[in-house]
Amino acid sequence: MIEDRELLWLLTGLAGTLALATAAGQTLRLSVGGDTIANVNARIGAWWVMSIAFVAATLTGGIGSLVLFALLSMLALREFVTLSPTGRGDHRALAWSFFVVIPLQYVLVGIHWYGLFSILIPVYGFLFIATRIVLSGETEGFLERTATIQWGLMACVYCVSYAPALMLLDIDGYDASSGKLLLFLVVVVQSSDVLQFVWGKLIGRRRIAPTVSPNKTWEGFVGGVACATLVGTGLWWATPFNPWQAAAMSFVIAIAGFAGGLVMSAIKRDRGVKDFGSLLPGHGGVLDRIDSLLFAAPIFFHLTRFFF
Amino acid sequence: MTGRVVAALARLLAGGYVRWDAPPPNGEPRVYFANHTSHLDFVLLWSYLPPSQRRRTRPVAARDYWEKGPLRRYFINRVFCGLLIDRSGPDARGAVDRMAEQVAAGDSLILFPEGTRGTGDRIAPFKAGLFHLCEAEPDVELVPVSLENLNRVLPKGELIPVPMVSRVIFGPTLRLEDGETKETFLARARTALKALREDGR
Repeated sequence: MIEDRELLWLLTGLAGTLALATAAGQTLRLSVGGDTIANVNARIGAWWVMSIAFVAATLTGGIGSLVLFALLSMLALREFVTLSPTGRGDHRALAWSFFVVIPLQYVLVGIHWYGLFSILIPVYGFLFIATRIVLSGETEGFLERTATIQWGLMACVYCVSYAPALMLLDIDGYDASSGKLLLFLVVVVQSSDVLQFVWGKLIGRRRIAPTVSPNKTWEGFVGGVACATLVGTGLWWATPFNPWQAAAMSFVIAIAGFAGGLVMSAIKRDRGVKDFGSLLPGHGGVLDRIDSLLFAAPIFFHLTRFFF
Repeated sequence: MTGRVVAALARLLAGGYVRWDAPPPNGEPRVYFANHTSHLDFVLLWSYLPPSQRRRTRPVAARDYWEKGPLRRYFINRVFCGLLIDRSGPDARGAVDRMAEQVAAGDSLILFPEGTRGTGDRIAPFKAGLFHLCEAEPDVELVPVSLENLNRVLPKGELIPVPMVSRVIFGPTLRLEDGETKETFLARARTALKALREDGR
């Protein structure tokens, strides 16, 4: 069914890693037990579901990924807006955001209209949202409400849409439409998250941003970024990069992902919540899971588009 | 079938945090009463009931709204098996009788004792119907259900819902006590509902 040997290897590796994690998680549950292990196992279970959904979507080619990421954008924006100080006057602007802006953005990605998809939300969405909100006549907290919705669209829709856009890149001698580059990004960004968590739990002591996220430590950050860079370097054969380039890309992805996680943590802290949602067992909401992808996807896309 | 699809869509659109402080439904008739801010209120509440209970749990809905147009009629009659009552007119007591009949026949009800949709800022005082229903069927269990954020999903006067994470909390059950007056009972029921809300209002 899958003719691309490299893709097959990637998927085998992913399934093998998850199987190992499941085995380790169950062993720990039986030997140690406790809440942390239960949470880790819930996370691993959710990883299976997410991986299968993601791989299934990627294998259907561009369309499946576009639909999956459009849905993720909707779920992420839904969680974002829930915690935002929007009011009655913003209802119509939000309806437009969900049911017109999101589909339009992904259609533009789908028809390869780079010139418009890269400015739709930052330019036209920016102007439209402010205009639609002012028409409601509700001026209390106007700038805060408007800016919040614009930020939500940028983060949850614009940035996320760069992930499936990777399948549409024209790269000499490389078939980006197979989804390998997208898989590379997601594997590096998510393994960076997981490895930062693991290193932090194992040897984390010095907090890196105590006022923002007390669980993030220097040890976790350095260990996680270094290991994710190694993971990405080891996957160079599935990308258009040589090992050095793959290492540099993975490093940038991991750093951008860390920034994304930190920024979204600051928003959660300000709103006084721990998670954006409760959709994914152990992970919180969709936005909690893709916070690092938000920042990594556009940077990775543009670096690849510019240099390859 | 349609019911399952509607329930899944409702939860995708407006679902979120759900908690049962009440024991899970065991087939005995119950009256779920909730705060009311949106047309989606009963849909989401209903979607969080176990599928086997949905068929036998009938939302009590206003005839004047739900009998307008074939689409509304289809949903309220075919999908939700709603019990349509007249809000205005001389027959308010008749509505209570019909609710009591349903309970006596073993069906559960979803009721909004405020009588109309509010803005979500506070819960309005309860109408007397809930009390009269309990007078007629004193053994029925009442379950307060707090619905939060639905007023942001589909506020009064809007046609298109906006996806939003909500909180649905099924509180501990209560019953009409022997000799309890209308005022005391309605106030107690309202307090039980308010206690489930994050801001307590």
